[in-house]
Amino acid sequence: MKKLVKGNEAVVIGALVAGCDAYYGYPITPASEIAQAASEYFLPLGKVFVQAECEIGAINMVYGSASSGLRTLTASSGPGISLKMEGISYLAGAQLPCVIVDVQRVGPGLGNIGPEQSDYFQVVKGGGHGDYRTIVLAPASVEETYRMTIDAFDLADRWRTPVFLLTDATLGQMMEPIDICQEPIKAIDKPWALDTTPESNNNLVTSIYLDFDDMEAHIESLHEKYRQISETEAKAEVIGAEDPEIILTGYGITSRLLRSTLDELNARGIRAALVRPQTLWPFPADIYRKTVKPGVPVLVVELSRGQFVEDVRLTLPGHPVSFYGRVGGNLPEIEELVARAEQCLQEVSHG
Amino acid sequence: MAKVFEKSTAFFETFERKPSMQKTTHYCPGCGHGTLNKIIADQVAELGIQDQTIYVGPVGCGVFIYYYFAGACASAAHGRASAVATGISRSNPDGIVVSYQGDGDLAAIGTSNAIHAANRGENMIVFFVNNNLYGMTGGQLAPTTLLGQKTTTSPNGRSEKNDGFPLRMAEMIGGLEAPTLVARVGVNNPKNIRQAVKVIRRGLEIQRDKKGYAFIEVLSQCPTNWKKAPQQACEWIDDVVCKQYPIGVIKDLADERAPLLRPREKANFAAVAKQLGLDCEVPVSSEDISLPSEEMHFKFAGFGGQGVLSLGMMMAKLSMQRNLEVTWLPSYGPEMRGGVANSSVVVSKNPIGSPVVAKPNVLIALNRPSLEKFGPLVPENGLIVYNSSLIDQVPTDLKGQVHALPATDLAAVAGTVKAANVVVLGFIARKTGMFDLAELEKFLGEIFEKPALLEINLKAVRAGWTA
Repeated sequence: MKKLVKGNEAVVIGALVAGCDAYYGYPITPASEIAQAASEYFLPLGKVFVQAECEIGAINMVYGSASSGLRTLTASSGPGISLKMEGISYLAGAQLPCVIVDVQRVGPGLGNIGPEQSDYFQVVKGGGHGDYRTIVLAPASVEETYRMTIDAFDLADRWRTPVFLLTDATLGQMMEPIDICQEPIKAIDKPWALDTTPESNNNLVTSIYLDFDDMEAHIESLHEKYRQISETEAKAEVIGAEDPEIILTGYGITSRLLRSTLDELNARGIRAALVRPQTLWPFPADIYRKTVKPGVPVLVVELSRGQFVEDVRLTLPGHPVSFYGRVGGNLPEIEELVARAEQCLQEVSHG
Repeated sequence: MAKVFEKSTAFFETFERKPSMQKTTHYCPGCGHGTLNKIIADQVAELGIQDQTIYVGPVGCGVFIYYYFAGACASAAHGRASAVATGISRSNPDGIVVSYQGDGDLAAIGTSNAIHAANRGENMIVFFVNNNLYGMTGGQLAPTTLLGQKTTTSPNGRSEKNDGFPLRMAEMIGGLEAPTLVARVGVNNPKNIRQAVKVIRRGLEIQRDKKGYAFIEVLSQCPTNWKKAPQQACEWIDDVVCKQYPIGVIKDLADERAPLLRPREKANFAAVAKQLGLDCEVPVSSEDISLPSEEMHFKFAGFGGQGVLSLGMMMAKLSMQRNLEVTWLPSYGPEMRGGVANSSVVVSKNPIGSPVVAKPNVLIALNRPSLEKFGPLVPENGLIVYNSSLIDQVPTDLKGQVHALPATDLAAVAGTVKAANVVVLGFIARKTGMFDLAELEKFLGEIFEKPALLEINLKAVRAGWTA
């Protein structure tokens, strides 16, 4: 059944449909509706909801809850995610599945509560200490926020790893219809979980390996897992012309703006295509390499001064990649993006 | 009750989780941790709660408690054991959760988490091992270090001027309402150990009976970092440490407290759907609808309290029920100040790109600043509806088709000025041809449950329709 909801509420509904049993969080704009909706829905259903004393408390409660085998959710925005980073490193090190939502706002520092995509480095590259990765999903609509929350729980359990949902203030605050129905839940047995059965007496959740060789073996096994994730879980949507003159690329809310830009370019007789990553880690490098033909300019748009663009450039070495970013809470206007795309085309034809 | 003369069954026979020297502990000679570990293991075994018990280890000298306790264990980040234990306790309502923490862990970096777990009355027992300093990292100053006590970061002794006063955690926690048991014990001599056994047993019984939070501070000797022989270290607790940290039960409400149960339930999809109110959601109509433009870009603007956000939501919901693609985007933050709140709604038969409305083809301006700000953005074929009850001056630079609607006055006649947004809904439904009056009335019937309120809003929508 369709329901008109904010992106933030869609997270909680997706979590409920995915069989999430516990939410721990701390209020922060523009993510607070997630905690509010979780408190409204989780408690009457007999699920765990705790408003923690701080972000650090919340992520460590997630650690305890995930250790116990529960599908567990937490959410915050940039400054809160910064605080959670130590805990996320521990979750990754101890191979605990959980879902973390970052509704990005403007930074650095207190910034403001408008939309930005400037948490890319901290979320996609791993803001915590140590050599770890987290899967990062980037929805572009409220419906996709809902769907990807469900997927996030399945991915977290399948790979025993924290999974991020990276949204932003616009996606979190806007409303769109979502289509809610029962979904097949890929519940996975967790024999490693800490519970009250005699079988769990030997179970140990930790990320400490005092012996250097044991530690190296653990890190190697994590990276073998990350290699498998890279091979199987990277996703992107490609829309638009088969033989584009220009390729637009951006994730999340920016990809929505680029979709309108693409329509406008087509209306002006310019063949354009849009590559929209749905996973940021693993980065859908193969899809870029397959889609982007030699010499076709690529315009990267993001709400930052240039973070996501680094991965695009790493993926397409030697290729003409232009960057356009807006920050401070501003979304670029479609006319602005069309003009920028036309400028890219001119630069290539003159260059 | 069986007497335990051998190694507790709550300990592993050999310490397989330890990389080497699996018959001995990692504790220094004369350390109090070993004695405390033994008391806990004995009592867990005697109470027959071994399978239910889940241990959370700290960062500090207690980091390796999982080597010894034959039970499910988690290692927490530094200071976070009480938060991790909260997650485990809430997830395992039938579990017995032990959080084992030291001075730096609980009294410094993790104070907030410790205090709040206590204040929520979590079902957990916290052992706070107080040896006055940071043992694992090499004997640095802790919040519990005594005045004048020399450590590796207070080489001239702790001074109140530079380092503040020794922190009495048990007294702090004891001042809270929620904890059931708060006590301080010692493991430095047989008399203190006998008392510690009793208090620890009491704390574990409270956990077995689900009677809430227990906090046991344990004065523990650290011969290595105190640079004293083991026996001297034990005596120093009696002679000096106990003066700052008196041994005794600070609070014990176990006999008068009822069990504190936080059961968890498994919710199936039907229960979730009911909780979300899905069973009363209106089914989506498959009837076709004609739109004046391929993509409708609405801007609803006014000052806070005029219902411009909910007006946008009504338009979005009505359109959704007609199977159209819709987005609703509120203004917020700085935009909310200065008298202009607005919502942007895009309605389309095709997937919507940007939810931002830069050039509205329908503008509703309920106050003058809104008309001045957004009016000039409306193109020639666009529709501008302004609230003529409140706006007497219309800007001269408007290109769109301008309609004056006395929305506030018509709403007042209907029963309340708050229904001005519903007056507007009736007006634009007719002007755009998107919805008929019967549809609007049915829709209002679904959102206004109180008959009196519904009556007012029905009058308002009819007034807008016929205006």
